[in-house]
Amino acid sequence: MSTFQNVLDVMDWDQISQAIASKTIHDVDRALGRRSQLDVDDFMALVSPAATTRLEAMASLSRELTMRRFGKTAQLYIPIYLSNECTNQCVYCGFSAENEIARKTLTANEMIQEAELVRSWGFEHVLLVTGEDARQVDVDYLVSAVELLRPIFAQISLEVQPLSVADYQRLLVAGATAVYVYQETYHQSVYKNYHKKGKKAIFDWRLETPDRLGEAGMRKIGLGCLIGLEDWRTDSVFLATHLRYLEKKYWRTRFSVAFPRLRPHTGEFEPKNPQSEKELAQLIWAYRIFDPDLELSLSTRESADFRDSILGLGITHLSAASRTDPGGYTTTDHSLEQFSINDDRSANEVAQAIRAKGYEPVWKDWDAVLES
Amino acid sequence: MRVICNGSEQDLADGATVQNLIEQLELEPRGLAVAVNDALVPKTRWSLAVLFAGDRVTVIRAAQGG
Amino acid sequence: MKPLIIAGHSFNSRLFLGSGKFSSPQAMLDAMNASETEMITVALRRVDLQGKSDPMLEALKNFKGQLLPNTSGVRDAKEAVFAAQMAREALGTRWLKLEIHPDPRWLLPDPIETLKACEILAKEGFIILPYIQADPVLCKRLEEAGAAAVMPLGAPIGSNQGLQTRAMLEIIIAQSRVPVVVDAGIGAPSHACEAMEMGADAVLVNTAIAVAGSPAIMGRCFRDAVSAGRDAYESGLPARHAQSAEASSPLTAFLDKL
Ligand code: SF4
Repeated sequence: MSTFQNVLDVMDWDQISQAIASKTIHDVDRALGRRSQLDVDDFMALVSPAATTRLEAMASLSRELTMRRFGKTAQLYIPIYLSNECTNQCVYCGFSAENEIARKTLTANEMIQEAELVRSWGFEHVLLVTGEDARQVDVDYLVSAVELLRPIFAQISLEVQPLSVADYQRLLVAGATAVYVYQETYHQSVYKNYHKKGKKAIFDWRLETPDRLGEAGMRKIGLGCLIGLEDWRTDSVFLATHLRYLEKKYWRTRFSVAFPRLRPHTGEFEPKNPQSEKELAQLIWAYRIFDPDLELSLSTRESADFRDSILGLGITHLSAASRTDPGGYTTTDHSLEQFSINDDRSANEVAQAIRAKGYEPVWKDWDAVLES
Repeated sequence: MRVICNGSEQDLADGATVQNLIEQLELEPRGLAVAVNDALVPKTRWSLAVLFAGDRVTVIRAAQGG
Repeated sequence: MKPLIIAGHSFNSRLFLGSGKFSSPQAMLDAMNASETEMITVALRRVDLQGKSDPMLEALKNFKGQLLPNTSGVRDAKEAVFAAQMAREALGTRWLKLEIHPDPRWLLPDPIETLKACEILAKEGFIILPYIQADPVLCKRLEEAGAAAVMPLGAPIGSNQGLQTRAMLEIIIAQSRVPVVVDAGIGAPSHACEAMEMGADAVLVNTAIAVAGSPAIMGRCFRDAVSAGRDAYESGLPARHAQSAEASSPLTAFLDKL
């Protein structure tokens, strides 16, 4: 099977960085005025430093495209962390195997309790999150979690360790509709510096995961880079290339991009290449203009102000009221957290803020009634 | 023995092959394709393909067309 | 202009020429030379037993490009597969323009039979260019079935109406992984140019050149229109309307307050 690895093999990180740096304001304007679908070269112009003087035009085009495709709505979802067990060592993550923290994997009962609580807040779309420890959390565990929670939610997405095509098919049959797997960085030669041990250290296995998801017929695939590791402009061009490749190959699938941003000075891993909020906005608008149908999702890592302001300008999916520790909704001790959140408003408060902007909060993505 | 070739009847000796038919019709073989009863007979097998009475032979070649 | 690549073969011309409807072999030759085409479609016909080979085909003997036999005249997948095998035998080429139109009036392609035939013929090693409706989903299905390119129609064949299917062609071009050749309906060089500006990989023209007062001149006009449109596309067309000046910044104002 040919995969994105074949495409990546002929891409050069430094060359792409230089190409981005050499984009001019004319390239940006040409991308903004394209009559046909934008190509990756246009995307380069939109994320380039040259485009920082065109942010207003980008925001306005992004708003128009988002409105046309998604209307005045914002989809809300909530993560449920099932486990913080992990055999990998990722230098930026609280769950990393070398950290001596209490480890926990939810039992079926605990899952139900968490699920019923967040359901009572209004959520119908849940994202199940785990670390990577195949001894504690294998595909059987995940399949039974999906089966268990399916009667409670309209939609179940997963952000778990990369799996095989056959495993993804099992999850699909069990009722999962979307899988998010973030490459973190496409800079292959330094990838290993961040991912020191465990299965996640194998770049190709992770890179080819979206291909396996497409092959398995997953309804939605989520992509992302961990912003702050390597230069975000270059990483995003790789991601855009990946996205376009996937869209053309797995044309029955929907795609989503997220923007997990390592914020400096939060007492966590100190990002080498931090991104400002202004740059984050530019990146969001670049993706929207590049791909009007793309779902763009923003987590509670970002501030309430930023999230409220960018709504309607490109973002379509927001998580809310999140806790990033297993059992986090039903306990008060949050020592097991993966990362600390910035927007700590309740689901209701977020929904109100959305309504105040004239948008409709939507608690579920689609109904599974017609799916077998 | 009679076969139907492109809709018209042709008389052939018993045991005649596709090759014999093409020669009898004085067709330039280059650029032709022949089928017997809607099954392609490749050029390399023309001299082996024996025809039987009532066979439908189709002989085509490329022509102008969009 | 970048070369056009289909199934690993490279072409310097993005204008395909249909060989039908010319008033004489010489007119076709003149158009062929003036248009600098490297791909000419031909049909399959039963041999006229009264002798005489087709003078039109004699004229094509010296053509250096690729002959593209079509399956016109077939009405379903089964007939198309048979026609394809005959075409490969007659011309010694795996290239095939797959067209199945059961309807003799409008010559509109049958999508279901075309997909069926494409699946079978791809397994037999044909390089298939199916002529189809400008239907984006059908194009993806054909691509998965092994088509080497897709040939969506711009308007009913012979109608000279231009790109009536423009909105669908845009989607097809945006999501295709194989070359998109706009076929049918192109009645003027400006139509061809427009298709190329949109990002089509090539166009096929027949009637407009064949029935022109001077097929040679019209062939040259189409050559120029196709390369102008393609070059414009490759070099990046300017914005449709000028960016408005950024006097006020209502949408980005929040960024400064954060
Ligand atoms: S990022 Fe994921 S794989 Fe890496 S340590 Fe954290 S939980 Fe484990």
